[in-house]
Amino acid sequence: MSNYLLIPFLPLAAFLINILFGRKYLKENSHWVSILAVAGSWIVTVATLFDVLAGRVINEDLYSWIVSGEFKVSVGFLIDQLTAVMLIVVTTCSTLIHIYSVGYMHGDKGYYRFFAYLSLFTFCMLMLVMANNFLQLYFGWEGVGLCSYFLIGYYFDKKSASDAGKKAFIVNRFGDFGFGLGIIMIFLTFGTIYYEPVFSQAKGFASQTINFLGYDVHLMTLIALLLFCGSIGKSAQMPLHVWLPDAMEGPTPVSALIHAATMVTAGVFLVARCSPIFSLSETALMIVALTGAITSLFAATIGLVQNDIKRIIAYSTISQLGYMFLAAGVGAYTAGMFHLYTHAFFKALLFLCAGSVMHAMSGELDLQKMGGLKKYMPVTYWTMLFASLSIAGVPGFAGFFSKDEILWLAYSGSSPVGKFVWVIGTVVAFLTAFYSFRLIFLTFHGKFRGTHEQEHHLHESPKAMTIPLVILCIGAVASGWVGIPHLLGGGAHFTEFLKPVLGHPEAHGTHAEEWMVMAISIIAGFSGIGLAALFYLVKTDIPVMLTQKFNAAYKILWNKYYVDELYSFIIVRPAIWTAKNILIGITDARIIEAVVNGVPKGIGEFSRILRKVQTGLLQHYAAIMALGVLIIVAMMLLR
Amino acid sequence: MEQTIMNNLGFPILSTLIFLPVAGAALLLLISRSNENLIKWFSLIVSIAAFIISIPLFAEFNKSTHLMQFTEKHAWIPSLNINYHLGIDGISVLFVLLSTLITILCVLISWNSIKAKTKEFYISILIMEGAMIGVFCSLDFMLFYLFWEAMLIPMYLLIGVWGGTNRIYAAVKFFLFTLVGSVLMLVGIIVLYYQAGGTFDILELTTKTYPYKLQLWLFWAFFAAFAVKVPMFPVHTWLPDAHTEAPTAGSVILAAVLIKMGAYGFIRFSLPLFPDASKAMTPAMLTLSVIAIIYGAVICLAQTDLKRLIAYSSVSHMGFVTLGIFALNLQGMEGGILQMINHGVVTGALFLSVGMIYDRTHTRQIADYGGVASVMPVYASIFMVFTLASIGLPATNGFIGEFLIILGGFKANQWAGVLAATGIIIGAGYMLWLYQRVFFMETNQKVAGLADINLREIITLLPMIILVFWIGVYPNAFLGFMHESVKHLLERVNSGGMHEAGIAKNILEIIK
Repeated sequence: MSNYLLIPFLPLAAFLINILFGRKYLKENSHWVSILAVAGSWIVTVATLFDVLAGRVINEDLYSWIVSGEFKVSVGFLIDQLTAVMLIVVTTCSTLIHIYSVGYMHGDKGYYRFFAYLSLFTFCMLMLVMANNFLQLYFGWEGVGLCSYFLIGYYFDKKSASDAGKKAFIVNRFGDFGFGLGIIMIFLTFGTIYYEPVFSQAKGFASQTINFLGYDVHLMTLIALLLFCGSIGKSAQMPLHVWLPDAMEGPTPVSALIHAATMVTAGVFLVARCSPIFSLSETALMIVALTGAITSLFAATIGLVQNDIKRIIAYSTISQLGYMFLAAGVGAYTAGMFHLYTHAFFKALLFLCAGSVMHAMSGELDLQKMGGLKKYMPVTYWTMLFASLSIAGVPGFAGFFSKDEILWLAYSGSSPVGKFVWVIGTVVAFLTAFYSFRLIFLTFHGKFRGTHEQEHHLHESPKAMTIPLVILCIGAVASGWVGIPHLLGGGAHFTEFLKPVLGHPEAHGTHAEEWMVMAISIIAGFSGIGLAALFYLVKTDIPVMLTQKFNAAYKILWNKYYVDELYSFIIVRPAIWTAKNILIGITDARIIEAVVNGVPKGIGEFSRILRKVQTGLLQHYAAIMALGVLIIVAMMLLR
Repeated sequence: MEQTIMNNLGFPILSTLIFLPVAGAALLLLISRSNENLIKWFSLIVSIAAFIISIPLFAEFNKSTHLMQFTEKHAWIPSLNINYHLGIDGISVLFVLLSTLITILCVLISWNSIKAKTKEFYISILIMEGAMIGVFCSLDFMLFYLFWEAMLIPMYLLIGVWGGTNRIYAAVKFFLFTLVGSVLMLVGIIVLYYQAGGTFDILELTTKTYPYKLQLWLFWAFFAAFAVKVPMFPVHTWLPDAHTEAPTAGSVILAAVLIKMGAYGFIRFSLPLFPDASKAMTPAMLTLSVIAIIYGAVICLAQTDLKRLIAYSSVSHMGFVTLGIFALNLQGMEGGILQMINHGVVTGALFLSVGMIYDRTHTRQIADYGGVASVMPVYASIFMVFTLASIGLPATNGFIGEFLIILGGFKANQWAGVLAATGIIIGAGYMLWLYQRVFFMETNQKVAGLADINLREIITLLPMIILVFWIGVYPNAFLGFMHESVKHLLERVNSGGMHEAGIAKNILEIIK
C-alpha cells in the first residue's frame, strides 16, 4: 500500500538525474527521464484513486522531520478524496504538458534544465497536496514558488524575465508571511499542526477570542485570515495579483502547468483543505468571497483591453481563481474544487494553444498582428475554440457545469454576501465570454495582419504538441460531465465524492429559481460571445471608436489600474531610499560610526594636548616645577 | 552532585583537538618558506586529521544527558584555583565539529589565492583553529578567557596582513571593538571569582545564585563582550569592514565561527550565571534583536559590494539567533543554536563562493558582474543553493532554524515574532536581487570567458551543500544533540536560579 510514495518521489528522482547529469550526458534526451517519471506518477495516481473510491483513505507518517520540545512534525501523507482530485489534476496536466514541451522546447539550450525544473515542480506540488500537516504543506508551497521563480526566469539573460521571477517570489513571500504566522497560531492553539487533530478540535474553539498584537480578535477568524494571506499570494488575488501577469515571461508550457492549471490553484486547495476552520468564521468566509468576487471582476475588466495573447489568458486565470474563492467564500467548497478541476483542463488548453500560435508566429504575442490563422492551424483553432466555449460557460461544456454550480450556490446559499457575489459572478461570466472570444476572433478569423515573413512561416505545430491539445480538449469538454447537477438529470457525482471532506451547503431555493440562475448565466455567456462577434467580426470599427470615446477608462484598464506603479511608489522605492540615505547615510555613517571613530579621535586629541607639555626644553620643565612648588607652598600657607 | 561524564574514548580528545593544530603550526615553522606545496599539503593534512579526530564527538556523544562529556581536568595554577578543565555538552559539541570542518575549507580556498607569506598564513589559520576549539571546550573561566583573547591575534593578522586595500583600518577596528568588550568581561569574571569564594570553575559558578543587583551589572559587563562579537545592533559596524577587507579564509572563519562566540557566550554564561537579570533584560534583548533583523536586512538593499552585502546579512541573521536565545523557550533556543550552525554553514559557504569568483575577477563590486550563470553554470547552481538556504526555503537548513526561532519568538512576544518574520520577506528581496544582478541578465564584459569552478573548489563547497540539505531534511540528527542541555538550561533560567535555593529551603525544613 505504500507505493503511493512513488507519486511524489518519481519526479524528484527525475529532477535529481536531470540536474546532475542533464547538462553533460542526457542533453536532448533529458525529457525521457522526466516524462517516464511523471507518467509513472500518473499511473500510480489512478490506482490510488480507485483505492479512495473504494473508501480507503491513507494518513501516515514517513519519518519524523522536526522535533523540538512539544513541537513535533513529520513528513507524512494524507490521501483522501480532496487529495485524490488534486492528484489527478496535477499528474494529468503535468504529463500532457511534459509531452507538449518536447515539441515546444525543442532545440533550446537549457533543455535539460527545463525538464529538471518541471519535474521538481511536479514533486513539490505533489508534496503540497499530499501533506498531512501544515508544515509539509508549507514546504510544498514554497517549493512550487521556487520552481515558479526558476521557470518564469527561465530565459534569465533577459532582464524582464529575471525581474518577473524575482517579483513572483517576493510578492508570494508577502502572502507566506501571513501563512507562516497562521501555522504558528495553529500550533499555539491546538498544540499540533497535523490536519486530523486540528480539524477535529476546531469546533471546540469556535467562540474563543485571543489577544493578537494588542487587539482582541476571534481566534478562528484570525487563523483563517492568516492562512488566507498565503492563498492571496499564491493564487494571485488582489492585492497580491501583480506577479501573475508578469509570470508570462516564462515558456508557455510553464504558464499552462504552473500559472494556470496547478500551482496557482493551491490557494483554493488550501481554503478547501482548511474548510473546518473557515466554516467557523463568518467574517473570514465573507472576506474570502468578497476578495474572490472583486478580484474576478477587476481582472476580467483588465482582460478586455489587453493585446498580449498570454496576458489576456493570465488575467482570465486571475479572474477564474477569483471565481473559485467566491465559491469557497459562500461555503460551496465542492463547487470551488469542481471549478478548479474543470478550469485546469480548459485553461491549460488555452495556454498550450497560445503556445502553439506563438510557435507558428515566431514568438509574436500581439493579437493585433495576427488574424486568419484558422486555415493554417486547424487543430489549434478547434481545440482553442472548444476551450473558449468551455470557459464562456456554453451549456454542455465542462466550464458550464462548474460555473453554474458556483452561481447557484452563491445565489441560494446562506452567506450574507451571497446575492451580491452572484451578481458580480454573472457580470464576470459575461465579460469572460467577451474577452475569450475577442481573442479567438482576432487570432483566427479575419485577415492576417502580421508581416509577410511571418505569414510565410505559418504552420500547424508538430504532433508532440497537437496530441496533448486534443487530449486536453477532451477534458475541457467532458471533465464537467462527472458533476452534472440533479436538476439536469445528472448525479452530481463530483459533489458526492468530496462531500465526506468538504461537506455541502444547503441550497435554499426552488427549482424555478435554479432554472432562472442557470438561464441568466447562459444568456450572459452568449451575449458576451455575440458582442465579441459584433465588435471583431462584423463592425470592427466599434472598438476603435470606443477606446477614443472612453479614453480615460481605456487608459486605466490598459495600465492595469496602475497597481504596479503604486507598489513601486509606496514600497520598493521607499525601502531602497531608506536603506541608502537613512540607514547607511545617517545611522551607520553619522551616528554609530561617529561614536566609534569619535572616541579614539577624542582620546587622540586629548593626548595631543597633553603631549604639548613635553617640549623637551629644560627651561620649561624648570618653570613648571617652580610653578608647582609655588602652588603647593601657597596652598600650605592658606590652609 | 556529579556534573560531568568522564571521557571514555581512551585519549584526551578535546586536548588533542586543541593542540594538534597548534603543534602543526609549530612544525610549519620548520618547513622552508620556499617549499609552498609542502606547506599547503601539510596544513591540509593537519586540518583533515583534526576533523577526523573530531568525528567521535558526533558519533559517541551521549544525547540522553545534559552533563558535560569527554571531560578532562588538571590543576593548572593551584594557588589561584585555576584548572585546565575541558568538556562539551549538547550546546557546544556542534560548534567544535563546525570549527574543524571550516578549517579544512579555509585551507582549500586559500590554495591559490594566498601568494605572499604563505607559511605565516597557514600558521595563523591553524592557531586560530586551536583557539576556537579551546573557547568551546573550556570549563574554567581563566582558560576560556585565554582562548577567547588568543583568537584575536591570528584574526587580527589575517585581516591586517592578507586583507584588501583598507585592511589596517579594518583590522584595528576589529581588534579594538572586541578588546573593549572583552576587558569588561574580564572584570566581570574577577568579580564572580570573589563573589563565589575563589573559583573560576564555570560549572560551579553556574549553579550558584547571585544578588539581583550584581547580576544586572555583570549581565551588562558580559553583554559588552558578547554583543560586539555577535554583533548586535548598534555595535555591528566593525563587521562589514572586517568582512570586506579580510581574505576569503578570514571572512569564512569570521562568519562561520568567530561571530558565533558571542551568541554562544550568551547561552553558556549570561543565561545560567545571571538568570534573573537575563529574564529582566529580555525586552531589551528582543528589541535589539528585532532591530538587527530588520536593520541588517534593509541596509542590504543598498549595498554595492558583494562581501559587504553578505556581511550585513549576517547582522540580520544573527539577530534571529539572539531573538531565539532570548525568547527563553525551547523552540526559540534550539532554533537559535541550530541557526548558529546554519549561519556558519551558509554564510561561510557564501563567502567561500564569493572568494572563488573574486579570485577570477578581482572585483567585489556587484555592478561588475552580470550573466555569470551563462559562463559558470555549475558555480551558479551551487550559489543558488546557498542563496535559497540563506532566505530560509523549506528543505534547506535555514528554514528549520528560522521557523523555530519565529515560533519561539512569537511565543515569547507576539510583536517580536511578527516583526522578525518581516525580515524573511526583505531577506528574499536582497538575496534574489543580488543573485539577479550577479548571475542573470546580459553577460558583463568583465566576466565573459571565465572558467567554471574546478574540482578543488567543488570539493570545498560540497560539505556545505550536504549540510544545507542534511539539516534541512533531517534536522533531528542535529536537534537531538541539544534537547537535554537546552532543557536543563531553561530550567535553570526559568526557576530564576531560585531552584537550588528552593531545594536548600526544603532540606532545611526537613531537618527541622
